[in-house]
Amino acid sequence: MSTTTDVASASATRRAFDEFWHYFSESREAVAGMVFMIFIILVAILAPVIAPHSPIETNTDFLRKPPAWQDGGSMQFLLGTDAVGRDILSRLIHGSRYSLLVGCIVIFLSLTFGILLGVTAGYFRGFYETAVMRVMDVILSVPSLLMALVLVAILGPGLENAMIAIAVTYTPHFVRLSRAQVISEAKRDYVMASRIAGAGRFRLMAITILPNCMSPLIVQSTLSFSTAILDAAALGFLGMGAQPPTPEWGTMLAEAREFITSAWWMVTFPGLAILITVLAINLMGDGLRDALDPKMKRS
Amino acid sequence: MFQYFLNKLATTIPTFLGISLIAFAFIRVLPGDPIMLMAGERGVTPERYEELATQFGFDRPFYIQYKDFLLNILTGDFGQSFVTKHPVIDEFLARFPATLELSLSAMFLAVLVGLPAGIVAAVKRGSWFDHTLMGISLTGYSMPVFWLGLLLIILFSSILGWTPVSGRISLLYYFDIHTGFMTIDALMSGQKGAFASAVSHLILPAITLGTIPMAVIARQTRSAMLEVLSEDYVRTARAKGLSTFRIIGLHAFRNALITVITVIGLQIGVLLAGAILTETIFAWPGIGKWMVDSIFRRDYQVVQGGLILISSIVILVNLTVDLLYGLINPRIRQTRG
Amino acid sequence: MALLEIKNLTVEFSTAHGPFRAVDNIDLSVDAGELVAIVGESGSGKSVSMLALMGLLPWTAKVTADRMALDGKELTEMPQDQRRRIAGKDMAMIFQEPMTSLNPCFTVGFQINEIMKRHLSLTRQERDKRAVELMSLVGIPSPESRLRAFPHQLSGGMSQRVMIAMMIACNPRLLIADEPTTALDVTIQAQILELLASLQQDTGMALVLITHDMGVVAEVAQRVIVQYAGQQVESRNVIDLFDTPKHPYTQALLAALPERATTQHLPSIPGVVPGQLDRPDGCLFNPRCQYAIQACRHTPPGIQNGVRCHTPLNAQGHPTDPMGLRQKEGVS
Repeated sequence: MSTTTDVASASATRRAFDEFWHYFSESREAVAGMVFMIFIILVAILAPVIAPHSPIETNTDFLRKPPAWQDGGSMQFLLGTDAVGRDILSRLIHGSRYSLLVGCIVIFLSLTFGILLGVTAGYFRGFYETAVMRVMDVILSVPSLLMALVLVAILGPGLENAMIAIAVTYTPHFVRLSRAQVISEAKRDYVMASRIAGAGRFRLMAITILPNCMSPLIVQSTLSFSTAILDAAALGFLGMGAQPPTPEWGTMLAEAREFITSAWWMVTFPGLAILITVLAINLMGDGLRDALDPKMKRS
Repeated sequence: MFQYFLNKLATTIPTFLGISLIAFAFIRVLPGDPIMLMAGERGVTPERYEELATQFGFDRPFYIQYKDFLLNILTGDFGQSFVTKHPVIDEFLARFPATLELSLSAMFLAVLVGLPAGIVAAVKRGSWFDHTLMGISLTGYSMPVFWLGLLLIILFSSILGWTPVSGRISLLYYFDIHTGFMTIDALMSGQKGAFASAVSHLILPAITLGTIPMAVIARQTRSAMLEVLSEDYVRTARAKGLSTFRIIGLHAFRNALITVITVIGLQIGVLLAGAILTETIFAWPGIGKWMVDSIFRRDYQVVQGGLILISSIVILVNLTVDLLYGLINPRIRQTRG
Repeated sequence: MALLEIKNLTVEFSTAHGPFRAVDNIDLSVDAGELVAIVGESGSGKSVSMLALMGLLPWTAKVTADRMALDGKELTEMPQDQRRRIAGKDMAMIFQEPMTSLNPCFTVGFQINEIMKRHLSLTRQERDKRAVELMSLVGIPSPESRLRAFPHQLSGGMSQRVMIAMMIACNPRLLIADEPTTALDVTIQAQILELLASLQQDTGMALVLITHDMGVVAEVAQRVIVQYAGQQVESRNVIDLFDTPKHPYTQALLAALPERATTQHLPSIPGVVPGQLDRPDGCLFNPRCQYAIQACRHTPPGIQNGVRCHTPLNAQGHPTDPMGLRQKEGVS
């Protein structure tokens, strides 16, 4: 009996995935974004192996070398070196680890707390709900970067604190989304049915309602993943995120600022790395949204 | 309508109280003693410490401190800067016009380009224009603004030499400040070239700050228009034989505007967050740079006041957007309470 | 000469599965002052053909016709802006969903005024005066205050009256009513239908009424065109059609009328109108036809004496055999 249901649910999952993949793969942009994302993930994992140089070791013999194709550049430093002679390409390769880490941790934190608060607010309603939503309103009325800056000022600069601060500013979005989903799902017949069947509160929330609210949360997570990378880089740029000599992309830009007129490559490449990564995630996010939620379809 | 407005107004009060509570708590949860922070590196004698503690009320219970704090900010007293000893509110008011000028220019740019682009993309859905615009818009949306600012400086200031790198106006000009808007004051001064100088200082920061709102507005306008264009009443308008311009510009756009207004309103928060970065890059003497500098200088009284003031602006703008939303949406405007 | 003349109108939509023919070589001619009904189930292409006439189809639709003329003016070759001067003025159309067909952002008065401003040279005062007249003409009480109302403040029936007032504002020669009563309450349905019929009588305009309801047809129409899967299957005057339907589909539609039910159970036509992917060979109705023979399954019938059928029904409702097909197959 249980084996047949397992098989049935496995094939249903399989079918759902096939359907999802059918819609997702329809968009060339989304597939391109995904391919690039996989590339970045591989780069991040293999960073110590593929990086030609150390990301933090300075080398006073090669200060501010331009990229290989420009006069004075060499194949040894493909994208040139920075003000203290570190290879920019190697720093970029290692930097991908920090950006992905930031995205993952911020999403993990804000998604966890967001769902926890949102689902309980939507399920219990009443004063608890009002209180939670008011607090979220307060967080939302402070511009996110300002909120993050203030939190970092309290916690102290650094990548960990920056991630916590960014996660706090993103939590309200997940709270609002999961609350709205729970409220609309709770009215459906299947919820009523399992309530009548005697399902407990926790079971009802965690096992019955939540899986049916996942699509918008997945889409929001993808989009927040990219903004988290941007915000972490912005904090790094302002000197409140990752601290030198960490090869974080935003921090690299901050260090490069004073050489903006003399060494364009120091400014250009870290920004380009951020832009392409964020763009890839956003392309993927658009594709996910179109595939998971026909209502939100773009056209 | 009035009822609707009152309801909206009522919901902002707890939000404002929440902000004030965060700001109040901010100085007290900071690592280190606030009085020692205020004293700076020179330190204080124990007597002076007691005196300051009494003066700022740190020795009294928290709820009384909060009550006094709240009463003070309601009368516009946000304390004094630890560093400059000027009242926080004065510093804010001196810098706010710069940010307002920058934000308004950025928003003007974003709406001027984003809105028509979104409309045309929706009308010509699936065309090369649509695809190109959506590509550009997604790129703009994914852009690290601080990097964009640096690139613009490299291109227009370093390589082409068209625009200055920082500040609001060339040092060659000096005139009285009336409005706080450098472009308008420059015009009023009547000095030759002053206005051009102010504009050339403004243009790059405005583009930098306007990029993300522009991308968002273009995307959202497009999707709002697409939705509206498939509505029955658009078909009715066509059945009436109206001109394309009237159908799209009046019947469709008027309905799309209800969503677009909300989108534009939501961008104000984004704009103020972006101003922090943009002003830092271009050394624009506004409240964003002021906040960043104050955080670095550990001038926490300024950070506290700025937090409340900036958030109040966001709340106020959101309220205005709600009001506008009510005004252009007959379903809300017509309800009487 | 007929007011409206349509010859060989075909509408195709390009879809992901190739082109889909929603309207297949339709002819229609309507005289001035005539009331013609087009009847068929959903998916029979009746709305699409009229939307094509009005030029209201989306760009994915490909419209071709040998002739499509209003009052002798050929519409197919006319430039877009010239056609727009005819739509709303010489021919107008009302729709199935009155609640969503009015623009929620503008007052009723604005929307009625607008069409007059576009097509008639009246002063503002004259337009305002006519708007009030129109509102009372369609039976809306206290027209002055209703003109200041927004659509969301009106009921469905009231909205449809406003739509009618708006669309007859420029005295059109032809009004197309696309299922005007389907979305309304039963009691309101009769009122709206009555209003349309009497307006047609009083103004002398031609009225094309699209409906799926044979009961509606019986009440008001003079001539009926039965459409199935994009094709016309029978076209006759209303009394003959109700007395002696010649096409099996018409017969089945009439048998499904509650008034005509002879047994406890209301008869229904099994199956649905074929869509893009399940179009049968031969006669499009053959899978659902109780009289179908082998010939019907591979040879599409042409139109003879206003009926598209190999074996049209006689006055007793039995299939005849004009081409000897049944005999050949040995069907009695």
